[in-house]
Amino acid sequence: MSVTCAEEGRALCARIEGEVDHHAARTLMAELARQVDAALPRKLELDLGGVTFMDSSGIALVLRTWRRMKELGGGMTLTNVPAQAAKVLRAAGVDRLIPFAE
Amino acid sequence: MRPINEAKITFLSRSANEGFARTAAACFAAQLDPTLDEVNDIKTAVSEAVTNCIVHAYPDTLGTVTMRLRLFGDNTLEILVKDSGVGIADVDQARTPLYTTGGGDRSGMGFTIMESFMDTLKVRSAPGKGTTVVMRRRIARRLGA
Repeated sequence: MSVTCAEEGRALCARIEGEVDHHAARTLMAELARQVDAALPRKLELDLGGVTFMDSSGIALVLRTWRRMKELGGGMTLTNVPAQAAKVLRAAGVDRLIPFAE
Repeated sequence: MRPINEAKITFLSRSANEGFARTAAACFAAQLDPTLDEVNDIKTAVSEAVTNCIVHAYPDTLGTVTMRLRLFGDNTLEILVKDSGVGIADVDQARTPLYTTGGGDRSGMGFTIMESFMDTLKVRSAPGKGTTVVMRRRIARRLGA
C-alpha cells in the first residue's frame, strides 16, 4: 500500500496502490492528508488505478479527503476506479459527490 | 440442510487478519467456481464483518474472532463471523446506513455493504455477549460447469 504524488501547477495527482482496508487506512489517510496540506492544490486527482481491494474504510478515506479539499476551496476527481472499488464507493453514493473520470 | 463442506478459523482481532480472513473466505468459495465479481463481493462482505469485530467488539483489547465457512448443496455459501466482545445494544440502529460510533475514520457503511453484497444477513448481539453475523450468498451455476 502506498501513496505517490505528482504536482503540476496547483493540481495534485495522488495515486493509491494496494489494498485499502481498515488495516491500511490510517497510514494512507495520514500520507494523503500530508501531501494535500503540503501542496494546497486547487484540484486533486485521486488515482485509484493501483487499488487491488477496497472496503468501507476506503469510503471514509475518500470522503475525508473530499471534505479537506472543500475546506481548501478546491475540487476533486477520482480516476481509474477499479470495478470492485467503484461498487463499494457507489454503495455509499460517493459517485454523486465526486465525479469518476477516466 | 447439512453442509457438504465446512471450515472454521479462529484468529486474534489484529487488523493484519482482515486481509487473511477475506482471502481465506475467497479460497474456500473457489470450490463453487464463482465469477470474479462474486469473489469480490464475498471478500468485501467478510472484510466488513471482521473489521467490525476488530474496531467495535474489542476496542481496547485483543480478542478472538471465529469465522465459519459452510457450503451447501444448492451452491450456497454461508459465512458466520463471531466475536465475544462488547456487543451491540441496538442492532437496528447499528445497521442503519452511515450510522457509526467509530468517528471520522469509519464510514458507517459496513452492515449496508454486507446486506447489499450478500443475499441475506442476520445479526445477533447483546451488550457484553458478543456479536454473531451470518451471511449467505448463492453462487450461480455456470454453463458447462
